[in-house]
Amino acid sequence: MSLATREAFNGFKRSPVLSLLSITTIAFSLYAFGLFGLVALNIRSALAQVEDRVEIRAFVADGTSAEATSAAAGDIGAFPEVQSVTFVTSEQALVRARKELGEFSDVFEAGILPASLDVRLKPGFRDPNTVKAVAERLKSYDFTDDVRYGEEWVQKLYRIRNIATLAGLVLGFAFAGVAVIIIGSTIRMSVLARAREISIMRLVGATDGFIRSPFLIDGAVKGTFGGILALLLTWVSYSLITRFVITAQFFDVRLVVLGVLAGAVLGLVGSALSVSRHLRSV
Amino acid sequence: MIRFTRVTKEFPRTGVALREVSFHVARGEFVFLTGPSGAGKSTILKLCYLDERPSDGEVRVAGMSSVAIRGSDVPKLRRKLGVIFQDFRLLEDRTVEANIGFALEVTGAPPASIGPKVGRLLTQVGLASKATAFPAELSGGEQQRVAIARALANDPVLVIADEPTGNLDDRATRGVFQLLRDINASGTTVIMATHDLDLVKRAECRTLELNHGALVFDSAAAAASGPPGAGGAA
Ligand SMILES: Nc1ncnc2c1ncn2[C@@H]1O[C@H](COP(=O)(O)OP(=O)(O)OP(=O)(O)O)[C@@H](O)[C@H]1O
Ligand SMILES: [Mg+2]
Repeated sequence: MSLATREAFNGFKRSPVLSLLSITTIAFSLYAFGLFGLVALNIRSALAQVEDRVEIRAFVADGTSAEATSAAAGDIGAFPEVQSVTFVTSEQALVRARKELGEFSDVFEAGILPASLDVRLKPGFRDPNTVKAVAERLKSYDFTDDVRYGEEWVQKLYRIRNIATLAGLVLGFAFAGVAVIIIGSTIRMSVLARAREISIMRLVGATDGFIRSPFLIDGAVKGTFGGILALLLTWVSYSLITRFVITAQFFDVRLVVLGVLAGAVLGLVGSALSVSRHLRSV
Repeated sequence: MIRFTRVTKEFPRTGVALREVSFHVARGEFVFLTGPSGAGKSTILKLCYLDERPSDGEVRVAGMSSVAIRGSDVPKLRRKLGVIFQDFRLLEDRTVEANIGFALEVTGAPPASIGPKVGRLLTQVGLASKATAFPAELSGGEQQRVAIARALANDPVLVIADEPTGNLDDRATRGVFQLLRDINASGTTVIMATHDLDLVKRAECRTLELNHGALVFDSAAAAASGPPGAGGAA
């Protein structure tokens, strides 16, 4: 083990520029994951809050009988997606509007607001597609005048989240590919510089695992440094955004550890590919 | 210790290097491998330490078979062997003792055992006073002794030497050869490829002669079938 660590350290001394380059590309790869991951994470938690409040409001047409309305309410309450149905009379709607709008309340006159059935969905059924499907079914009832749900902006948030996730994945994987290639060539330099030693090791009966281990450690150490650098970059970006743009939330400890580990794995994969190729070729 | 059974070795670009070679070397023997350049001597030795695999036939060495052995078992075989070359193959940036210790270090010897063992090996090859020298500071004969000490590090049952005296003058040649004979005398089997026919004649050891990839003479078989000229076929 001490031999392996020493050799890993020597790898850095042998080609410092390439080593730094490897660390930097790994860092950029994880930074891309990190930034877009943060966007996706924050949108997701915003969406979770929005979803809690998702409500479909079916306005009852004038002249609908109370019996018809309550029959419809019972019917709708039996939908598998539906958690609750509340009948809001015209007067209740007015009271609610006054409360929500505070000082502008005297704008309203009784009778302006229509009665409605307010439908809340069960958790897990609050995504745009289900909301839309339920809303369509409500529209098909005779009593409904109009059906409202905050469709546009819920869908917009979902779309932004999906784009952020996709962009993070695409950029992250592209950088990861580059990182694996660059760390592979860095390790290859060390391997070639030690080709003579490696051939003697094989001659006297060192196992491939033993021969590989210093290079793998070298790669994993570089990857870990890359992961830590990415963490710093992501955190600085996050702090700037929180201070100047919008309060956001950061990854929890588990994700941070996972990110740094991902760096180590990238380094490991890059060097493993490179060393195996050399050992097979001699 | 070594058994070749109808071994053929064919290389992709250069064609057949060995054709149906069969021979047996018993434990404790000292065997010369002779023949003109390109006859296949080095190829036979590489087959012995499984640096190459036969294209056909079977090579058995130190209880392992080229047919059955898995790649991961090759290091186990190599630890039972000591291999030396004409060009010594020492690490120029390490001292004599570090070069010898290297073979122990990379095969997992307990660190505390390495120093004393290297000391004993250096004494055995007569280089105790040069422990901290670098290879470039030694004569050819001395460098080959370091290589031999390294080959002996894991107490091999078989030493494989590919023209170990090819780069040495007469005196150094005699010294290195005597060292190999001493190693053999203590029970280790030795197979040695050489161009040096004087050495072969003087030593009176068993000799295998190759020509164009075929085994054309085996002194053991010749002796068994009667003295030369008495009608025995080689
Ligand atoms: N790795 C290889 N790839 C292709 N051909 C090879 C390889 N090694 C040996 N050969 C061929 O096998 C034949 C025998 O080579 P080998 O090295 O065994 O000869 P040798 O008897 O050791 O010769 P020398 O006395 O010059 O060392 C040669 O024709 C050579 O071209
Ligand atoms: Mg040769």
